[in-house]
Amino acid sequence: MFFYVIRRLLYMIPTLLGVAFLTFLLFTIFGEDPVRQALGLHASEEAIVALRAKWGLDQSFAKQFYDFLVQILTFDYGESFSTGEKLSDIFCGGVLVSLSLTAPPFVFGTLFNIVIALFISYFRGKSLDKISTFLFVVSMSISYLVYIIVLQYLLAYRFGWFPIQGFEPGFSSISYLMLPWFIIGLVSMGPDIRLFRTIFLDQVKSDYIRTARAKGASEPRVLFVHLLKNAMIPILTNTVIAIPFLITGAFVMERYFALPGIGDITITAINEGDFPIIKAMTVMSAVLYSCFNLLTDVLYALVDPRVKLS
Amino acid sequence: MGEVKVTNTIPFQYDTKKIVKIKNRFVRRFFSQIQNNKQFLFSSLIILFYVFVACLGWMNLLPDFQARVGVSYESPSLSFAKIFGTDIFGRSVFFKLLAGTQTAVTMGFVVTAIAVPIGLVLGSIAGYYGKTLDIFITWLYSVIASVPDILLLIAISYSLGKGLMAVCVAMAASYWISLCRMIRGEFIKHKESEYVLAAKLLGANDFVVIFKHILPNVIHIAIVTSSLMILNAIKAEVMLTYLGVGIQDGASWGAMISAVPGELTNEIWWSLAAVVSFMFLVIYALNVVGDTLRDILDPKLLN
Repeated sequence: MFFYVIRRLLYMIPTLLGVAFLTFLLFTIFGEDPVRQALGLHASEEAIVALRAKWGLDQSFAKQFYDFLVQILTFDYGESFSTGEKLSDIFCGGVLVSLSLTAPPFVFGTLFNIVIALFISYFRGKSLDKISTFLFVVSMSISYLVYIIVLQYLLAYRFGWFPIQGFEPGFSSISYLMLPWFIIGLVSMGPDIRLFRTIFLDQVKSDYIRTARAKGASEPRVLFVHLLKNAMIPILTNTVIAIPFLITGAFVMERYFALPGIGDITITAINEGDFPIIKAMTVMSAVLYSCFNLLTDVLYALVDPRVKLS
Repeated sequence: MGEVKVTNTIPFQYDTKKIVKIKNRFVRRFFSQIQNNKQFLFSSLIILFYVFVACLGWMNLLPDFQARVGVSYESPSLSFAKIFGTDIFGRSVFFKLLAGTQTAVTMGFVVTAIAVPIGLVLGSIAGYYGKTLDIFITWLYSVIASVPDILLLIAISYSLGKGLMAVCVAMAASYWISLCRMIRGEFIKHKESEYVLAAKLLGANDFVVIFKHILPNVIHIAIVTSSLMILNAIKAEVMLTYLGVGIQDGASWGAMISAVPGELTNEIWWSLAAVVSFMFLVIYALNVVGDTLRDILDPKLLN
């Protein structure tokens, strides 16, 4: 197990190098010129040269790439092109906002969806099952953006139950986050419950369920005690792998409700050609993604004694 | 034991009649399954209708969506152009929808046409040959998969310039990964199986083994995945256009939805209703078709 983790951590190095190179390629070599974007089309030659030198863009690509790698190793990505703030400050604030936006609906939504999915699999093949399956496909066929637009219009603009958009730090942020939480929870129901239902129905056919029934266990006991415990393995792995996306945030949601999370920061950075933020954001999410991938595999082996890591 | 000599004279002849029979049985089973499946037939009809509209668009037979047909924000009435009302510039919402359909179908086709071959070929090579090739291809897709989808899409469409083709290339660049992963996994399983050994002993080279023997057994994954790809492409286009990197010239469903927030506050509901129902129909149909194909195309379920 220990050696497995070490080896996987070593495997992350070439992947991260690749990510760094890809980011560099896309934004430095092919991307728009940040200096032009910052100073406008009619800037003087001297100003452009000066800013280029300040941002280190006058050096060769190899030198710039080397500097980027050093930044990744030292976790010091410098300052934002557009505001001059320290990147670590920007990201700490952004991560908190993104997490407070996505974590509560993720935790409570997942628990709620598991219960609903169990309930539905209890009635498998009956009309409740068929109707709900149909409804979930319907709900998945509507664009995320449409949910946001319509629910914001109805619940915030029309009925005035929630503030329309914006954000305040501290506990007063809850009133601003209620509606986004509700929307995230609602949208996650379709795909989540369908997935969990499939997982449960896969388990229902297995031998241990038949044994439990043969022992005379009641149907609720079979579902909640025997089945849920075994179904937790695929549910757990499917859930853990989604955690990095909680931190990197919900781009459209943050943009629409003007929440200053990671997603909003990144989109603003892209629009302004703020390369340091983009670089830091890409590398950070790549590290998170790889780490949680590893964590999923390790968890898999920890909860399921049949799985051996090699 | 003497050396086993593999020559090109095939000692064993396939019973071609039997193979044709199996294929027929497969096709017959496919049709008998979909005959009774009204939902599937209905969904296929819907998809065919959208493709038909797109074909009209490719032949330049669709009415011009940029022409003014009335005054600004006219509510729906019973004339052909104003059946879904007009937008802020007095353009027909219906004509815009049709133009958006052409964009969506084009996007679906182009994305799958780029992503599916890449995923299939790289997945088969990685799974079949293993070793260095496998390590390289796995590295390639784990690099791309580690970058969040939307960031990659934005980055590529910025690098290639904004527009329909940039969006398509950007989506294809991340969509081939899931297919490649699945195909690779299947190839790893299949390459050890007896029919592959038999084919090799009969003198088949790697190309024949991969494309003629293993691929037909796993191609259903590609078919099911492409219906998912089209669906995701249509959904992602809405997000990208909202974030400002999608298709900019207005002939897309995403651009129409992005204009909705301002319209709703003025009680303009018809544009939203029209575009949501138009999108809903095709995505629902693709969902149903994808699910049904997954259930009936898997050869493991064929008995």
